[in-house]
Amino acid sequence: MAVRRLEAAALDALFGALRRRGYTLVGHTLHDGAIVYDELGGADELPIGWTEVQDAGHYRVVRRDDAARFGYTVGPHAWKRFLHPPALRLWRAERDADGGFELLDEPHETPRYAFIGVRPCDIKAIGIQDRVFMGGAHVDLDYQARRAAAFVVAVHCTEPGGTCFCASMGTGPRANAGFDLALTEVPPPGGRGDPSYLLEVGSERGGELLAELGGRPARDDEIAEGDRRLTEAAGRMGRTLDTHGLVEALRRSLDNSRWEEPAARCLACGNCTLACPTCFCNTVEDTTDLTGAFAERTRRWDSCFTLDLSYIHGGPVRTSMKSRYRQWATHKLATWQEQFGTSGCVGCGRCITWCPAAIDLTEEVAVIAASAQARATRRQARVTQPVAGGKEAGDAA
Amino acid sequence: MLPRSAETPRGAHPALAGAPHLDPLRTVPFRVSALHGDNDDTFTLELTPPPGHDVAPFEPGQFNMLYVFGVGEVPISISGDPDRPEVLVHTTREVGAVTRAMRRLQTGDAIGVRGPYGTSWPVGAAEGRDVVLIAGGIGLPPLRPALYHVLARRERYGRVMLLYGARTPEDLMFPNELAEWRSHFDLEVHVTVDRATGSWRGNVGVVTPIVKRAPIDPRRTVAMVCGPEVMIRFACEELARRGVSPQDTFVSLERNMKCAVGLCGHCQLGPHLVCRDGPVFPFDQVERLLDHGEV
Repeated sequence: MAVRRLEAAALDALFGALRRRGYTLVGHTLHDGAIVYDELGGADELPIGWTEVQDAGHYRVVRRDDAARFGYTVGPHAWKRFLHPPALRLWRAERDADGGFELLDEPHETPRYAFIGVRPCDIKAIGIQDRVFMGGAHVDLDYQARRAAAFVVAVHCTEPGGTCFCASMGTGPRANAGFDLALTEVPPPGGRGDPSYLLEVGSERGGELLAELGGRPARDDEIAEGDRRLTEAAGRMGRTLDTHGLVEALRRSLDNSRWEEPAARCLACGNCTLACPTCFCNTVEDTTDLTGAFAERTRRWDSCFTLDLSYIHGGPVRTSMKSRYRQWATHKLATWQEQFGTSGCVGCGRCITWCPAAIDLTEEVAVIAASAQARATRRQARVTQPVAGGKEAGDAA
Repeated sequence: MLPRSAETPRGAHPALAGAPHLDPLRTVPFRVSALHGDNDDTFTLELTPPPGHDVAPFEPGQFNMLYVFGVGEVPISISGDPDRPEVLVHTTREVGAVTRAMRRLQTGDAIGVRGPYGTSWPVGAAEGRDVVLIAGGIGLPPLRPALYHVLARRERYGRVMLLYGARTPEDLMFPNELAEWRSHFDLEVHVTVDRATGSWRGNVGVVTPIVKRAPIDPRRTVAMVCGPEVMIRFACEELARRGVSPQDTFVSLERNMKCAVGLCGHCQLGPHLVCRDGPVFPFDQVERLLDHGEV
């Protein structure tokens, strides 16, 4: 489908077209000093003219000198809160007179969300959670229903943030798939006034909206300008992570004493896992009402930084802070591969920004990987170099 | 080395036979048809399904999620006979809120069941080989279905051995069956206790020296090991010393589980989800991870 060029007013048309189709619109909005995801009444509720400054343990919203609608990256929220809610009742049951119980059939309506402004890293993150919740022998039916109903309006990233490293993870700054519609925001010449948009269609149901959005086919020079901005963005990432050989290096680093460093700073608060768009660990709570006649089971987000997550009779498996940080980082970047056939990291940088101790995943992992590689090199050297006297080194292994 | 066959399925079976469409997180209220204490803190439950449902067939080594109304849900291995799936039997120890509440249930009370889940002991692939079962304490119940399976098809196996250790004679699981098994001429049963009490005149000591002395032919042996993790590691170390390959050694591991269907993340062991890739693993797949600890 050809790229189209839209005026800023087309966003209102887009919101209207989605609302007419019964979608609940969710997108970025400014709330309590952060850009969060919430229900949007109209395009005027977007954080127009705002951006963020992000660094390890640091986040501030600041004014821009233009009227960009999408002039920021990602905040503390992730879309998972709408697809895999922080708390969800799985079922209710009622006790009957003879010691038995029955699960109650409750009316259940799947919310139909239209996500406005999903960043390429987050599109990839949704794809990763798709594999977790729908890719195995057992499917999370609630997730599956929410996911099938969701409409995705992507926004490619022309201005990466201070903790972004999607270019390293191969997930951005352009989304290649996984959206119904995708926008590239282009500032007006001279920076004053409203931006315009390049629009790509990613699905049939996305295409059905075109007639209601106005605009015209984009000219080649306009498309080239959008491409140029995206290429440039890839070179301006706030962070980088060398993923070459990383999975193997982490696999060999269970006993690396360097894990002690981040562990000494980590507060086990779980912020990183809550902010992470792919972290999926969850627990259940079983409760009864005061009469004891009704019981229910609620699923809640959990975190591998808690002691409870690994608790079995006798105590938690991962007691030390080191083992919990190592579990999180190793799972995210290495063992996720074996479990779900993909990395668990999309390079969005949320875990870095929202860590109150300013622990930087890219920095920690780079040091661990480097020391694993150094060890491997030393081992290699011992195997190949004959020791004095012409005998092969016997302690190579 | 054993072929990694369909006997260790990835993923698992529907909650109930004939109802694969059911939400994997919904429990099915079974009824307690019998409950008896085995020893001080262990007990066995027999469960029957609600009218209109059959108990799903299970493989030796698989587990169910058992739910006590309003209290919680825990993974518990099936300890019954896989050839008699109509009676669902679980044996466990009282260790937490859920198992304590479970023991207080009465005949006729409901208990939620989801499963069976997980991989199984390689009883099919072990045909034609010697089978060495090694259990520690409450590790015997998860191995019992494998022993039932083997004894019911005794002619298909070579030597069959059960090496079993418990803390004290009073902690031995299924003492009557142990006595019965010892009366078989084609089954070798070696029992030991850490600490002798009362009139015990049998072996005293941990299970490892028994593994050391047992008449094991490493090339013919398939070993299945279940018990506390530290016992598993020592037993497997000894098996390796005897020449049994870690690929022919199978262990059943225990981790926290909330969903049992690969969706909650609790039971991770490095690259494995124990509910999905285990609980039964060839030892070579987990040896390194267990060595490191806290993985």
